[in-house]
Amino acid sequence: MAIFLTEDSKILVQGITGSEGTKHTIRMLSSHANIVAGVTPGKGGQTVTAEGRDIPVFGSCQEAVAATGADVSVVFVPPRFAKAAVVEAVDAAIPLVVVITEGIPVHDTAAFYQYAADSGTTRIIGPNCPGLISPGKSNAGIIPGTITKTGRIGLVSKSGTLTYQMMYELRDLGFSSAVGIGGDPVIGTTHIDCLAAFEADAETDAIVMIGEIGGDAEERAAAYIKDHVTKPVVGYVAGFTAPEGKTMGHAGAIVSGSSGTAQAKKEALEAVGVKVGKTPSETARLMREIIEAK
Amino acid sequence: MDLYEYQAKDLFAQHGVPTQSGEVVHTPQHAKEAAERIGGLVVVKAQVKVGGRGKAGGVKLAKTPQEAYDVAHDILGLDIKGHIVHQVLVNPAADIAEEYYVSYLLDRANRTFLAMASKEGGMEIEQLAVERPEALAKVAVDAVVGVDRAKAEEICDAAGFDDSVREQIILVLEKLWDVFVKSDATLVEVNPLVKTLTGEVVALDGKVSLDENADFRHPEYEALADFTETDPLELKAKEKNLNYVKLSGSVGIIGNGAGLVMSTLDVVAYAGEEFGGQKPANFLDIGGGASAQVMADGLEIILGDSEVKSVLVNVFGGITACDAVANGIVQALQMLADKGEPVTKPLVVRLDGNNADLGRQILHDAGNPLVELVDTMDGAARRVAELAAQGA
Repeated sequence: MAIFLTEDSKILVQGITGSEGTKHTIRMLSSHANIVAGVTPGKGGQTVTAEGRDIPVFGSCQEAVAATGADVSVVFVPPRFAKAAVVEAVDAAIPLVVVITEGIPVHDTAAFYQYAADSGTTRIIGPNCPGLISPGKSNAGIIPGTITKTGRIGLVSKSGTLTYQMMYELRDLGFSSAVGIGGDPVIGTTHIDCLAAFEADAETDAIVMIGEIGGDAEERAAAYIKDHVTKPVVGYVAGFTAPEGKTMGHAGAIVSGSSGTAQAKKEALEAVGVKVGKTPSETARLMREIIEAK
Repeated sequence: MDLYEYQAKDLFAQHGVPTQSGEVVHTPQHAKEAAERIGGLVVVKAQVKVGGRGKAGGVKLAKTPQEAYDVAHDILGLDIKGHIVHQVLVNPAADIAEEYYVSYLLDRANRTFLAMASKEGGMEIEQLAVERPEALAKVAVDAVVGVDRAKAEEICDAAGFDDSVREQIILVLEKLWDVFVKSDATLVEVNPLVKTLTGEVVALDGKVSLDENADFRHPEYEALADFTETDPLELKAKEKNLNYVKLSGSVGIIGNGAGLVMSTLDVVAYAGEEFGGQKPANFLDIGGGASAQVMADGLEIILGDSEVKSVLVNVFGGITACDAVANGIVQALQMLADKGEPVTKPLVVRLDGNNADLGRQILHDAGNPLVELVDTMDGAARRVAELAAQGA
């Protein structure tokens, strides 16, 4: 099954004719993604040739969906156009919209998140995220497809490179799905959404959850795990050494006063029985022990 | 980006939120002159981007221009929680009958905006929220709908403002929402919003945080930016578009990806405990590309920090292949040497992921005696901390 993204997913790429869009279309195709369409306003009728396939470009999501039945959109458009692009995807009733774009104003994200929530049809992942991969099945975003293989670990992370690092450390065991939910203050899919999906997924045996400073998403995920997750969860939190009041790379990664600290997140997770690694390697080791004990 | 009080009040005034006009000055003499122009009782307020100014002696009344001179003299140069006061705002003193609180902010947990309002303003709002949560009304604001008249009424009534100020508060709430949306703010706060003895509602203080991701549609942000309190190395990094945060340790850090770099800082700090408490000197995320130029810029900034004794380059090759990163490091070292600023501190490099073997081979072949390769992140952190201790 995997979560959110399977071998049956039909992907369209918004911003396919841009340099990032084209580059990652090629990379996704080489890791099992079924990309059926591209969308760039004003460039309908063109084609993008990648990995031996001709991908039709449409002027709007509506047209692309009507012609191809696309059910996932990956958004690569620049920040100033991102809100309009996501609204268009929601209007086309695309069930899953993965927003890779970094640097979107939070007022825009809050608006398109609300718009999608009101639609009742669209889940948003991101923004400012690497997307998600179900290794061996499909790939929607920029996660390298060559790090690991299909397996039975689920991964949810705010950070792209820590996602890659963890997949790499556990590459021999493999993953059912890995979801990079993004490092912005407002994101469409949370740790909790992914934990719920992994809990329900028959192909996932255990879950790695990676968090970082800022907000209280990890604390709320801990409360959710306590009541709803029976599968083993291993955690990692980045940013113990981050000073108060400084944004650490991700727009959402900031300790404000005494809230949003890594220590508080770690304690909340440990209080509900989640083993939390001190380093990424130790976290991988904890997961390895769980899988190998099965 | 946080604004100073006077900048926040300027924004309020532009959007029709009733506030006071005052003057920002940098010297006691100018404070005196401002007080003369304003006339009567004035209040002199330290302009620093931190709370608790009053308690720290940063806000004082002055009955005469000479008193304004004296209190400005006391306040200028004060250190308020690490922020040095370089300017003061001279405002007419208000005759306060009641103090209230209103704000709009981003509610991360609920992924929407939140209005907060209270009849009990003036005190620290975190304190009020803890001690008397029932006195602080919280009303969710739909990001699509925003605050219209009906929403402003709802907020006003949730906080229980009485009829004597209701209309004025509703107006303030509507105008303040304009400030929040049109400026792309993540916080606008008025504490206190006061009722004067003559019954007018006025914003006596203002706190605004702007979203730097929105700067492309706000050319006016540039004039609001103030770097007098910014670390010089952070300023230099900003000019080079580097994502750098200065810390106070001895181990320079370069990595790719915000999460991995944060994690690297932690791992170095743990490893450093073994070596006399070596700590990371900075956060620097060079992102995906890791070109020679970016690497050279990063090394230049990090080595410009005299506290730095050793540097860790920690890269996971995801999209970028490690051979490209390795070439970037080799070329960066050459570029710095050509500039007459050769790297003289030891560099520990850990490459993993895509083409890691190739990348390690390139660094090995380059044979720079200062560059040391370590295979794992934990091992590299240990080694770089050890080198920092030796260099101290």
